[in-house]
Amino acid sequence: MNIKVLLSSALLLISTSSTAETVFVSLEKDNAIAVVDPIAGKLIKTVNIGQRPRGIKLSPDAQTLYIAVSDDDTVLEVDANTLSVIGKLPSGEDPETFAINSLGTRMYVSNEDDNQVTVIDLQSKQAVATVAVGVEPEGIAVSPDNQWIVSASETTNMVHWIDAKTHEIKANTLVDPRPRALSFSADGQQLWVTSEINGSLMVIDVATKEITQRIHFAVPGVGKEKIQPVGVVVDDIHQWAYVALGPANRVAVVNAQTYKVEKYLLVGARVWNLAFSPDQQRLYTTNGVSHDISIIDLAEHKVTKSIAVGRYPWGLAVKP
Amino acid sequence: MRIFHYWFALWGIVSRELLRFVKQKERFLSALVRPVIWLFVFAAGFRAALGIAIIPPYETYILYEVYITPGLIGMIQLFNGMQSSLSMVYDREMGSMRILLVSPLPRWYLLLSKLFAGVFVSILQVYVFLGIAWFYEIQAPLEGYLWLLPALMLSGLMLGALGLLLSSFIKQLENFAGVMNFVIFPMFFMSTALYPLWKLQESSEWLYKLAEYNPFSQAVEFLRFALYGQFNQQAFIYTAVAFALFLILAIIGYNPSKGMMKRKGR
Repeated sequence: MNIKVLLSSALLLISTSSTAETVFVSLEKDNAIAVVDPIAGKLIKTVNIGQRPRGIKLSPDAQTLYIAVSDDDTVLEVDANTLSVIGKLPSGEDPETFAINSLGTRMYVSNEDDNQVTVIDLQSKQAVATVAVGVEPEGIAVSPDNQWIVSASETTNMVHWIDAKTHEIKANTLVDPRPRALSFSADGQQLWVTSEINGSLMVIDVATKEITQRIHFAVPGVGKEKIQPVGVVVDDIHQWAYVALGPANRVAVVNAQTYKVEKYLLVGARVWNLAFSPDQQRLYTTNGVSHDISIIDLAEHKVTKSIAVGRYPWGLAVKP
Repeated sequence: MRIFHYWFALWGIVSRELLRFVKQKERFLSALVRPVIWLFVFAAGFRAALGIAIIPPYETYILYEVYITPGLIGMIQLFNGMQSSLSMVYDREMGSMRILLVSPLPRWYLLLSKLFAGVFVSILQVYVFLGIAWFYEIQAPLEGYLWLLPALMLSGLMLGALGLLLSSFIKQLENFAGVMNFVIFPMFFMSTALYPLWKLQESSEWLYKLAEYNPFSQAVEFLRFALYGQFNQQAFIYTAVAFALFLILAIIGYNPSKGMMKRKGR
């Protein structure tokens, strides 16, 4: 009997040790979504979705997948289990990136051509406000306490601090040229911003809205002009930050305590966006030009696998 | 002849090789310096040389240093095999080979023992080299280092047998320079040790073909897959057949009534 109990608990351990998660990847040129099983390291299927899908995010309850289909001028609401389209959101023209608040009630969309941010109520599926921001807004994020919406204008070189209640810009932070992506630390005290042209990463103190750290990258054997930071994520325990360095084909591992770059991990060509696994044991990257995603083991900081997914993977969302 | 005699002869030959290896520290050092320089200097300059392609057994993009490491393991064994052949020529010149060959044990067994002794030394060199590479962040999965051992045995035997075969042709020590120019360099450069086949194919079709059929390439690929815990069947068969062929030819070569020894006796 004891052996039986031992065996069954061992089996249970084995079956629960590798949590099954699904990675959804938007494929800009294939007009589709790739569905990947990252534990098995396999592309499961590709689903046609709409014209030029780019920004992709899950609702906080992981039941709805939102996909910005830029050339269809809408953000699609997709059932994350069946992948059938259940609705369309009035995103404004050419939506690329968007953010969702932690309650799952509001979506904020960057409208690059109109220099504005569109606020969408996810219950009524209506645009409830537009906020005029700088030229070419791209990166957008919501603070963990849902107080701030931050929008980065690529040409104005500014981060705009929008009050989530009044939809008014309360402050602006001048940043390095062509800011691309923004990410709040889990405690909401820091905002990490990448600058594509300057090749830098900035850490902004949310309380003062001032840059407190500026980190530069130097990859051995790679020209400075190829170092173009794009996606950035910070882990929940504020130990590591990871930055996609675009055509440098590397992900920089930054110590979030000392702000030192500890390692450069080789991934596919033109690494663009990043996403954690739910347990933050792995990091997934989209490699636009090599048409694949890479899987990074975060315990060892090693790239374990790259999986071909389709043409021009742009963004990814991970469903637990 | 009893099994004891066989064991005694094997032990005698292996311990002699080991003794020589331990006594000649410079030999050990030089055997290590060569691949280490290749790794730190040559490979460092070509970090981005491989471009964008994932080739088995690798599952993701790799730096050139990672690619070249199994090739350098092969290089250690190639030089070791040739070094053994050099020592055979030396033994023949100095007369110690006569002592070995007058043993009542079969000649093939003596030659095989000599091969094993050389392979044993090369394996020690390889693991020290991999230890250095580990600190240079060239790290394979841990089980790969275990799987590598049998692969090293086979590749070492194959390259050692080639050395043995060559040594049956070489009359004097001075001729060893010829071995360097006509065997080691072409074998090493026209192989997958430095560049993968697809890269060679991009430059020329004949170079690609030469590299593909080069037994050294197959040995390197066998080692490369083993280091990542995978079994490359084609490379295994190719290396094993090449080993058998070289060994048979070497045994014939060392047969006083048939091979090269007969010619030399004239």
